[in-house]
Amino acid sequence: MSRWLAHCIVVLVFVALIAAALTRIDSPWNWQGVWAYRAKFLQGFGVTLAVSAAALVASTVIGGTAALMLGSRHVLVEAVARVYVELIRGTPLLVQLLIGFYVVASAVGIQNRYVVGVLLLALFSGAYMAEIFRGGLAAIPQTQRDAARAIGLTPWQSLRLVILPQAVRLVLPAVAGQFVSLVKDSSLLSVIAVSEFTLAAQEVNSFTYSTLESYLPLAAGYLAITLPLSALSRWLERRFRYET
Amino acid sequence: MNLVMHGVVQRFGAVTVLDGVDLVTHDVEALVLVGPSGGGKSTLLRIVAGLDVPAAGRVSFDGEPLPRDEQGLRGYRRTVGTVFQAFNLFPHLSGLDNLLLPLVHVHGLTEAEARARVQGPLERFRLAEHAHKRPAELSGGQKQRIAILRALVVQPRRLFLDEPTSALDPEMTAEVLEMIGELKSQGIQFVLVTHEMGFARRVADEVAFIGEGRVLAHGPPGEVIDHCAEPRVRGFFSRILAES
Repeated sequence: MSRWLAHCIVVLVFVALIAAALTRIDSPWNWQGVWAYRAKFLQGFGVTLAVSAAALVASTVIGGTAALMLGSRHVLVEAVARVYVELIRGTPLLVQLLIGFYVVASAVGIQNRYVVGVLLLALFSGAYMAEIFRGGLAAIPQTQRDAARAIGLTPWQSLRLVILPQAVRLVLPAVAGQFVSLVKDSSLLSVIAVSEFTLAAQEVNSFTYSTLESYLPLAAGYLAITLPLSALSRWLERRFRYET
Repeated sequence: MNLVMHGVVQRFGAVTVLDGVDLVTHDVEALVLVGPSGGGKSTLLRIVAGLDVPAAGRVSFDGEPLPRDEQGLRGYRRTVGTVFQAFNLFPHLSGLDNLLLPLVHVHGLTEAEARARVQGPLERFRLAEHAHKRPAELSGGQKQRIAILRALVVQPRRLFLDEPTSALDPEMTAEVLEMIGELKSQGIQFVLVTHEMGFARRVADEVAFIGEGRVLAHGPPGEVIDHCAEPRVRGFFSRILAES
């Protein structure tokens, strides 16, 4: 049996099970009511896409910087990165969003909840990225650094030509997983009233009282973003694979 | 090669690996370092190859002292070539790209010039049809020969080889030793750390026995390997030569 066929069969069985469960619930469906709000859904979807994309890029930069700082020999530099990572990874995103927006951002004077939302999301994901990158860098054997030094590469050249190409391949699966988490975590921005996809579904639900009809499209929408991300990651892994 | 080492000391934490190494060679083409494991041979080789700075002592080649700062050492490393026991090839690049990397990024050749330069050596050492492969697809002997070529194509003043055959089976060991023998006949200067005593006898102009962090014997190969007065040296050779 081909893999493609096997995947299709499993998905179909899963959908059939869900459909069977749904038909046992006897309440009437109200798809028309929810369809009337499709513009709202689409707009929320667009916001989620934009916010996720921006936070993705920012968190990679933040995570990469923090990973390099964690490996620094300067005690203060390493301390800043370490405290940042532990604090962010040790507290819930919800708390970070509430304190970040209602306390820190208003104190600093940034009003735009979209900018703050992206920033906070990027800082959150960046801490996890930092640990992923640090693990990847540490997994490169010292012999590689020795060889790079022996042929006379500068530290920057060695990072760019030898270490990073290998580290990127190592961390690609974990980074892709982090990207997918980020997209789903963006749903929490609804607590600071960012009009993203999840908030749209919640609002439509409160207007129509049609919970399943509001949230099933929500799940499908997130899948529409995360599935291509995962597929892209697997393609990149295959493309840049080398045996060791 | 006129090597002068005076009072070289090296420590790793609380452990003193080299405890005052004094060695002077005059017009020696091939110097071979032998001795027990942990005796300090590789540590000494790393120092003269410019990879590590000694805790104390002076090293000079042909009257030029080795720099003690990293930038100076990097400049020195660009004029010499080092080959390691574990091949240390870059696994994400083909054999050919491993050769081209130092030429293009350290020595400023264009890619065309670099390709032209490596073509002859690749053919001479029967590696041309394997050069497009990644290290994982090469045998141990081929990997080590590519590693030697990588050190060679930058036209170094001298080569440093740290137990280049210790990770190879007998057939591949012979392959690599043959290549080193050919380099000797081409007049390439080198310092070699090895356990292959037969090869050392054939190829060395002088042998230095490094044990307990010091030079315990130094002279022509016959003198050091077969007729040494120093009991620790005699004991070492009688044990290992009895095995082979």
